[in-house]
Amino acid sequence: MKLSPQWLREFVDVKVSNAQLAEELTLTGTAVENTVAAGDGADYSMIFEMEITTNRPDDMNHYGVAREVSALYDVPLKPIAPKLPALSDKSAPSGVTIAIEDGTGCARYTGRVIRGVKIGPSPAAIAQKLNSLDHRAINNAADATNYTLWEVGHPTHAFDLDKLEGAKIIVRRARDGETLKTLDGVERKLTREDLVIADAVKPVALAGVMGGFDSMITEATTNVLIEAAWFEPVVVRKMAKRHGMHTDASHRFERGADFGATLLAADRVAELILASAGGKLVGAPIDTIAREMSRPPILLRCSEVKRILGKVLPNREFQRILGRLGFGLTANGDDYTVEIPSWRLDVEREIDLIEELARVHGYDKFENSLPPYVGAVVELADAEKDARLRCRLLALGYNEAISLTFISSADAVGFSPAIPLALENPMSDEARMMRSSLLPGMLDMLAYNLNRGVQSVRLFEAGHVFKEAGGMVRETKRIALGAAGEALAGGVHQAAKAYSFFDVKGDVEALLAPFAANSLYYDSHTAAHYHPGRSARAVLNGATVAQFGQVHPEMAAARKIKQDVFVAEIFLDRLYQQNLRSVKYVALPKYPAVERDFSLLFPNTDATCFEPVHAAIVRLGIAELRQLEPVEVLAGGTVASVPQGSKSVLLRATFQSAERTLREEEVAQWAQAIVGAMAKLGGVLRS
Amino acid sequence: MAYTVPPLTDFSPEALAAAAAELQAALMQESAAVTAAELEAFRNRWMARKNGILTQVNELWLKGSPKEAKREAGQRVNELNKLVTAHVEATEQRMQSASAAGQLYGDHLDVTLPGTRQPLGAEHPVMRTMHEIASVFRNLGYSIAEGPEVETDFYNFEALNFPPNHPARDTQDTLFIAGQEGKALRDRLLLRTHTSPVQIRSMMQQKPPIRVLCPGKVHRNDAADATHSPVFHQVEGLAVDENITFCDLKGTLDHAMKMLFGSSVKTRFYPSFFPFTEPSADMQISCIFCNGKGQRDGGPCRNCKSSGWIELLGCGMVDPNVYNFVDYDATTVSGFAFGMGVERIAIMKYGVDDIQLFYNGDVRFLEQFA
Repeated sequence: MKLSPQWLREFVDVKVSNAQLAEELTLTGTAVENTVAAGDGADYSMIFEMEITTNRPDDMNHYGVAREVSALYDVPLKPIAPKLPALSDKSAPSGVTIAIEDGTGCARYTGRVIRGVKIGPSPAAIAQKLNSLDHRAINNAADATNYTLWEVGHPTHAFDLDKLEGAKIIVRRARDGETLKTLDGVERKLTREDLVIADAVKPVALAGVMGGFDSMITEATTNVLIEAAWFEPVVVRKMAKRHGMHTDASHRFERGADFGATLLAADRVAELILASAGGKLVGAPIDTIAREMSRPPILLRCSEVKRILGKVLPNREFQRILGRLGFGLTANGDDYTVEIPSWRLDVEREIDLIEELARVHGYDKFENSLPPYVGAVVELADAEKDARLRCRLLALGYNEAISLTFISSADAVGFSPAIPLALENPMSDEARMMRSSLLPGMLDMLAYNLNRGVQSVRLFEAGHVFKEAGGMVRETKRIALGAAGEALAGGVHQAAKAYSFFDVKGDVEALLAPFAANSLYYDSHTAAHYHPGRSARAVLNGATVAQFGQVHPEMAAARKIKQDVFVAEIFLDRLYQQNLRSVKYVALPKYPAVERDFSLLFPNTDATCFEPVHAAIVRLGIAELRQLEPVEVLAGGTVASVPQGSKSVLLRATFQSAERTLREEEVAQWAQAIVGAMAKLGGVLRS
Repeated sequence: MAYTVPPLTDFSPEALAAAAAELQAALMQESAAVTAAELEAFRNRWMARKNGILTQVNELWLKGSPKEAKREAGQRVNELNKLVTAHVEATEQRMQSASAAGQLYGDHLDVTLPGTRQPLGAEHPVMRTMHEIASVFRNLGYSIAEGPEVETDFYNFEALNFPPNHPARDTQDTLFIAGQEGKALRDRLLLRTHTSPVQIRSMMQQKPPIRVLCPGKVHRNDAADATHSPVFHQVEGLAVDENITFCDLKGTLDHAMKMLFGSSVKTRFYPSFFPFTEPSADMQISCIFCNGKGQRDGGPCRNCKSSGWIELLGCGMVDPNVYNFVDYDATTVSGFAFGMGVERIAIMKYGVDDIQLFYNGDVRFLEQFA
């Protein structure tokens, strides 16, 4: 909202500069966002750009802000009292009748009639003031309503009285099938929820939002009906929303206009029209009240002021602040009974009065203090697990990233079997769904980097994924890893090594290592968005806690990624069911370890993957077997000694006892058992 | 002329001393000149049992001395024995280590080449900022709380004193979940527009006193540009107890800002409006770029638009209506709440000029924070 400090000063005498005024208004809650030099008018050379909060429609005009200035500097606020000619014939009726049929939507409707006006341009002083606020002057009657809006804040409307059939105003809900062409030229279909101003036959205005096109003031207008009414905020708000309209009037009615100001506003408009367009005021004001709006006084206790603000304010501050703002104060011992002015719909409770005191007193006049320390900081249940994973991810070289929460419908289907959660008002077609997987975002980020010539990328994101579950939403925590390029950068000291499946597997192993595992195995059951031959899942204590591997080349190609890219998804909802491993010291070995190598030739089948080989040896139950590692695996056909359809595996077993040095015979016995177990899997020792 | 041991005729102490001095000088001279190849010959010449210089000294100066000079000569010869032995051994050692060093130098590296480094990952600047804020408040006794990003209207609006159809709802451009028409308004799902719902959830779970900090992700229907993002992060805080005042709110935030931005930072508060607080305030800190002067490098400070102040957060005393929703007794407890945008602070701290950099995963950007 724009405000002219010059205009403001018509209502309060203050000596401070505009700059100081702007600063001090802001610090007491009437925010001046900017001060700007206004176009040409010498008298209105500076304009304040105001940021009035939604709870203060009474401040959205010059007189309202002047009231704030009056409280701020403790100076009187000059009254606005329109001077109207005495009615020559008091009994002559205006000839207009007003009926409020819908008292819920309209509590009060005040009309005034002026006959014999000459519509034309406004006087320069009026036009200039409106221009300085960036409002185009229209004609003297319309400008009078606008001027009144910016001066005292009450929205009013001027009708061409001769266009109102039956010289009647009826405030009612619209009927099915009724339409209204509004001032902006748009033909609007009305519903039964719309509150309209109608004449004897048809709607002529959308109440509190916009007047009708056909009854607007034109150069041909000679008789004018001025409307100043009070409409129910929720009714106006719903109506404006329904029609996609937002006007200066609706903005104020939605937030709560001044029930007590209709008469003053109608008179002020009348005064301005008479001065600029001539004509004759006819009849007394037609003031129709459907329901009274009276609000009970509020008890304001000094003790409560102290309890909330932490400071006792002197009595004169109550008088200065509340008195100047238009509240009525009656002292009652240490307390006050406070009457609420009709323009302050935001003040309903004692705390609202306390706020008024605090803000005008000045927030910076309150001392800084600290509340007592109550101790006992409670960490989130998963805080330690989160921290452990995060720390490892950073140490493994993954940069933390954050992607958007929305994905396309195609990605929602492509990356998760879950029923996705759709947005009612998505920002774009590509952002229609809440993400059901972190991978679309991760792949987008990998592609973003690869497209910009970045050779190696390692990223992780921790975030929520969403799915629908029986009309409810299920929101779970996940971590996604993404990598492409080199696992080891090449350079003067070493050759580069490309990032491979086993790099992502190693990183997943490192992430799972802190968790207590009774059982942990990996197999190749993964979702369809993974490369079928280069992906795996990790099953910890019976639950799938991660899937990882190379992204299916088709999925990568769909994002124009040509490189091999690798991802991992860690399902934290399942992983966090497991406890962190508790670390316990194990005595260091006193006796030497013995290593035995087994060079075996296996048929190349699923049954001879490392996992079943390892499991078969573990099942032998050799307590002294400390470690079993694959040292070399050669696929059939790669060397002459390993025929096609078979593979050669070199295993290294390490034996050690905590009690004694191992004897040659027992190691030989274990070795034999291992060879036996391998034979059952089809493995033969190579000589 | 190489040194030879002279036979003595005069065995007076003076003559013995002069002869010893001559021998010592010869030893120094020869040891300094010796090469690695001559080392063994050098040792033999001085220390061989058969006819080494020491053996000769023993023969000529001790055995050949008259009876009355034996004591004096004995002492002198002993001293020379120790001296020569120590000196020959020191010479040998010196020569050996010199040769070893020479060999090591042959293997020398260009130590100015860069080292082999395993890159470390970088914490996201927004997360890093969020953790810094959390750590300040943890030290003040605040526990951390979290809540869902998809919330109900009740937690995001109603319980925070945003009545249905209230214009204040318009200030929070909300993204709604589809298909909610069949539900009561308060049960309809939406993306939380602030982390304040976590305050409500916390108060429902815990009676006062409460000190809780709610960091998290929030969403608004804001088109992405250099200063707006539909996804961003907030940290909100809440303290409710008996006798918590507006002065405590100011003091707590002033302290926290000094912890975050340095002890010279000043704060100032001015009135604002939030439905869930009353009184409500906006807080500014003195501009950290121009130290609140409004001028920098001889021109206006761009960061604070010359005002010397930067707007940082919203706060206020918890509105009594909110207590009604969580079954707290508004007549006995009071408290404050505050909330800040994490991106905004990160942008300021690190001088980032485009908020979109936070969300595209560009490693060239992220690595700067390692």
